Amino acid sequence: MTEPVLQAKGITKRYGRVVAIDGSDLELYPGEILAVIGDNGAGKSSLIKALSGALIPDEGEIFLDGAQVHFRTPMDARAAGIETVYQTLAVAPGLDIADNLFLGREERKPGVLGSVFRMLDRSHMRAEAKRHMSELGVATLQNIGQAVESLSGGQRQAVAVARSAAFGSKVVILDEPTAALGVKEGNRVLQLIRDVRDRGLPVILISHNMPHVFEVADRIHIQRLGRRATVITPKSHSMSEAVAIMTGAAEPPTAAA
Amino acid sequence: MATATADFDVRRHDSFGLRVQHALHANPVLGPLAVLIVAIIAFSIVNARFLTATNLSLVLQQVTVIATLALGQTLIILTAGIDLSAGAIAVFSSVLMAQFCTKAGMPGVIALVLGLACGTAMGAINGTLVTRIKLPPFIVTLGTLTIFFSLNSVVSNSETVRGSDMPGLMTWTGNSFPIGNFHLTYGSIIMLLLFAYFFYALSRTAWGKHVYATGDDVEAARLAGIRTGRVLFSVYTVAGLLYAIGGWILIGRLASASPNVGTEYNLDSITAVVLGGTSLFGGRGSVIGTLIGALIVGVFRNGLQLAGVEVVWQGFAIGLLVLIAVSIDQWIRKVKT
Repeated sequence: MTEPVLQAKGITKRYGRVVAIDGSDLELYPGEILAVIGDNGAGKSSLIKALSGALIPDEGEIFLDGAQVHFRTPMDARAAGIETVYQTLAVAPGLDIADNLFLGREERKPGVLGSVFRMLDRSHMRAEAKRHMSELGVATLQNIGQAVESLSGGQRQAVAVARSAAFGSKVVILDEPTAALGVKEGNRVLQLIRDVRDRGLPVILISHNMPHVFEVADRIHIQRLGRRATVITPKSHSMSEAVAIMTGAAEPPTAAA
Repeated sequence: MATATADFDVRRHDSFGLRVQHALHANPVLGPLAVLIVAIIAFSIVNARFLTATNLSLVLQQVTVIATLALGQTLIILTAGIDLSAGAIAVFSSVLMAQFCTKAGMPGVIALVLGLACGTAMGAINGTLVTRIKLPPFIVTLGTLTIFFSLNSVVSNSETVRGSDMPGLMTWTGNSFPIGNFHLTYGSIIMLLLFAYFFYALSRTAWGKHVYATGDDVEAARLAGIRTGRVLFSVYTVAGLLYAIGGWILIGRLASASPNVGTEYNLDSITAVVLGGTSLFGGRGSVIGTLIGALIVGVFRNGLQLAGVEVVWQGFAIGLLVLIAVSIDQWIRKVKT
């Protein structure tokens, strides 16, 4: 088997006496969509936060491309090539699509205009934004200068995913990307997630939506009681079996897929 | 359709109201601009003297100080904050500059620079309280408003310093040169240059984008990697500097530095910002709107006066305008596609 792109070993996080994650492992392989499912309180969001730098684990190691990393802030993880789309949709509604794509990493014009007058290279950023959006099949958004708040929930999600795909060089983490969306828009976002994977970026998808998970995931990591219960694939197990493992109604299979 | 993730439906035939709503949403300056133009036309019909160059230059001189304060106020309101201490910082800075000249006998340039530094420091105090202690801007500036006005009385002994007792640089902002019958003061030129600069900074630099993003959704901005605390601090500090420049312009306008003026400047600056279409909820608006908003206040005050309306009713009219402006802002925010 190939080397995992992102690997977590024995991640533990305690809040006082409460153990949020209890020695959890995770492996993400190149070119795959790994879904992370689990009941509320199973520790999946804490695990993901540890991977995206939003939380510093008490114990455990994280490896990116085989090299150990220590993320202290989300910026560290981002600098290392891990982009996260948070559930709260980290977009600024009043700014336009291009501004949002480059928010926090704006590019300045070359030469004196950029260094002294700090002028932004708007035409370049817009062209880049257009390219990224169309690469992901979101080309029908004609107006890159349109305010994000005028977009639908799915379109906003598309902007957020496009941003992570544009700047994530190693891993894209998506936290409940389809949670607030209708059926049609949810399906489009799923397609977008596949497009991101097909461009070569492995994706970690956290979701409560079992049909969505079974539709797009290559492998499914089931988190239970702060640990990884097992890893299954949509082919090896049915949805109800996954839910049974997740809730503890069934014993997890001993061999991880 | 199948592969496209984000399609746009072709806009249906919207009602007139919806189209106006969309137009205002896409371009929030249109509303205030329309109000300004209508007001100018109306007042010039009521009294022919209104549209003379002499009168218009008076209007511009009258709004210069408020416009400068409103510029700083705009930056803060764009971050979803509010600054009640704007006028207090301006007046206190002007008093300090005057005292540096008269009591300390400093040359004009040094007194000016020190006065501007003091105003900047006052803004920085607001910024520190908002970002470090994490107090709501309303409470912070309510407190500093009272403190600055109190210090103002202590430092000045509640005495006005006449312009003739200060170096010429202090009152230079009130000097003007004629363009035909139009008298343009240096203070107005400074004000217009500041507006031009901040228009550029807000729309063409990363700092500007960060100001909007922070006001729009502070959590989203933080997750996008913006140091929102720094952005907020910079905004309050820069606003302090702008207020102090406003204080300098005020000395020129009054030809004196008085501790007893400017109590109404705090709210007037907010009025100008709101009339200019900048949303009190943050993230939306522009300095061009604020300039128009300040001009609307000036045009209404001056025009109503020329129309023979009593002073007490001028306030009534302005207040009514503010309520209408805020209602329109709420309506625009409900825009749906």
